[in-house]
Amino acid sequence: MKRYSVFSLVREAARYNEGWERAWRSPNPKSSYDVVIVGAGGHGLATAYYLAKNHGITNVGVFEKGWLGGGNTGRNTTIIRSNYLQEESSAIYEKSRSLYEKLSQDLNYNIMFSPRGVMMLCQTEHELRAMKRTAHANRLLQVKTEMVGPQRVKDIVPIININGPRFPVLGGLWQPRGGTARHDAVAWGYARAASDLGVDIIEKCAITSVKKNGNRVSAVDTEKGIIKTKKLCIAVAGHSGELAKMCGFRLPVESVALQALVSEPIKPVMDCVVMANTVHGYMSQSDKGELVIGGGADGYNNFTQRGSFQHVEETVAALIETFPIISRLKNLRQWGGIVDMTGDRSPIISTTPVDGVFINCGWGTGGFKAIPGSGWATAELVAGATNQDLARPFSLSRFQEGRMIDESVAAAVAH
Amino acid sequence: MLKFECPNCQFIADETELSSGGEAHITRETHNSSDKKFSSYLFYRKNPRGVHFERWLHQFGCGKWFIAARCTLTMEVFGTYSAQTLKPPPSIIRKIKNKRPDWEGFSK
Ligand SMILES: Cc1cc2nc3c(=O)[nH]c(=O)nc-3n(C[C@H](O)[C@H](O)[C@H](O)COP(=O)(O)OP(=O)(O)OC[C@H]3O[C@@H](n4cnc5c(N)ncnc54)[C@H](O)[C@@H]3O)c2cc1C
Ligand SMILES: [Zn+2]
Repeated sequence: MKRYSVFSLVREAARYNEGWERAWRSPNPKSSYDVVIVGAGGHGLATAYYLAKNHGITNVGVFEKGWLGGGNTGRNTTIIRSNYLQEESSAIYEKSRSLYEKLSQDLNYNIMFSPRGVMMLCQTEHELRAMKRTAHANRLLQVKTEMVGPQRVKDIVPIININGPRFPVLGGLWQPRGGTARHDAVAWGYARAASDLGVDIIEKCAITSVKKNGNRVSAVDTEKGIIKTKKLCIAVAGHSGELAKMCGFRLPVESVALQALVSEPIKPVMDCVVMANTVHGYMSQSDKGELVIGGGADGYNNFTQRGSFQHVEETVAALIETFPIISRLKNLRQWGGIVDMTGDRSPIISTTPVDGVFINCGWGTGGFKAIPGSGWATAELVAGATNQDLARPFSLSRFQEGRMIDESVAAAVAH
Repeated sequence: MLKFECPNCQFIADETELSSGGEAHITRETHNSSDKKFSSYLFYRKNPRGVHFERWLHQFGCGKWFIAARCTLTMEVFGTYSAQTLKPPPSIIRKIKNKRPDWEGFSK
């Protein structure tokens, strides 16, 4: 891999940009791999990268049915934060956020991490109390956040209307080192770095069935033939149920559509992320000037990657009181992704009822921020590392043991 | 927008008038059940990409529950029927089979 640097930029500028090479290899699949990963979204790619980098496991094939990063990783609103309530979540999300801080350097790929700050508004007394509790929990776990009053919210976000009347801003939970990153670049950066370490990424090649020898995985059937493997790691978000079915088990996961939209581009008006959980909406401004807006998920199982139209209206209508300036903006694009929801709104990183099969799913509406930490933790699990502390709490067994990691109350709009 | 005919009041309702109650025909486990069965009753779902049977509440209408057979991939609604049934009626099964010859059939 040729490294990207200011010198390579200058060199290529001087020779008509003809010397750039492809960012990752597109090989034909081998007949067997030590580890097969299903899904080249952020989680699959990060897992492959850390398997190679941290554990020296490089004979890895990542199989993607569409194009790399074309799932939720390329469809999300890129909010990165780690102000979760529970200890287990804090550990993995803060690990993730801190990896994001240096990810561009680590991958030699500009993922445009922008720690511009995330403001979670409190618009009811109840929410104010809940956020104070989160702020205390964050402090105990050394995640840097603070409660701020309405005037400080207004100072940080001048376009906001803090006076209601329906939902006045009573305060906010401010995480100054939260922010955003370029979603595609995260997928591309991991793909490039993993490919450089020897990982094969096979695009346009779906896994169609899973073969077992007794209760152990032995091979997968793909659109490009049968591939032998002793370890299979599933990281397909909304399609986890499909893969689980191929393996012969069920998951505590339901797939629903989540949508987002962007406005026409305008001049810079807001330089942080604002989440309004009570009214179910959140907003940030992209580098291109578009206001990036998202809301709640649809309430029923759905695989259309489209979502229902009234949700768009609900989200925008809800935000107008708090952000009056958006009322005249035109909607430029709207899209959806299929997200995998668990009962406690926490992810699953786990072994499964089939030996050799691992699953990473259940990130639901909020797994972009988790990509580095989740890849790190999943690689530890798949490699059989001695330290698996990050992943362990998120095992499937928690649903049987009643050991929920409840984040559903902590974030009504969980991103 | 999804539309269902509510079998309780015969009204053709928009999805905004309804709320989804998730997978239908789940066996309710009790305190005598094994941990595995109980957790699967509480949390584990079929979540199919295709034909699905699910409970809906006609919330802003007659206020009653019913069950709908729907494709989660195309959003096609095959039909609705009473919530007081333990499995989908043969007429609904026939309708689905006609449109989806490859469908594997209903199972718990
Ligand atoms: C509208 C929207 C907004 C969001 N906003 C945020 C946010 O602000 N912050 C945040 O942290 N998170 C957010 N999320 C959630 C986040 O996008 C996801 O949790 C995360 O991207 C999941 O990554 P993944 O790698 O698990 O899945 P994906 O990126 O979906 O990758 C899974 C891949 O598996 C492939 N696949 C499926 N079946 C097969 C098969 N049989 N064989 C081979 N490949 C297969 C798919 O094609 C896909 O590319 C949002 C999601 C959506 C939809
Ligand atoms: Zn009715």
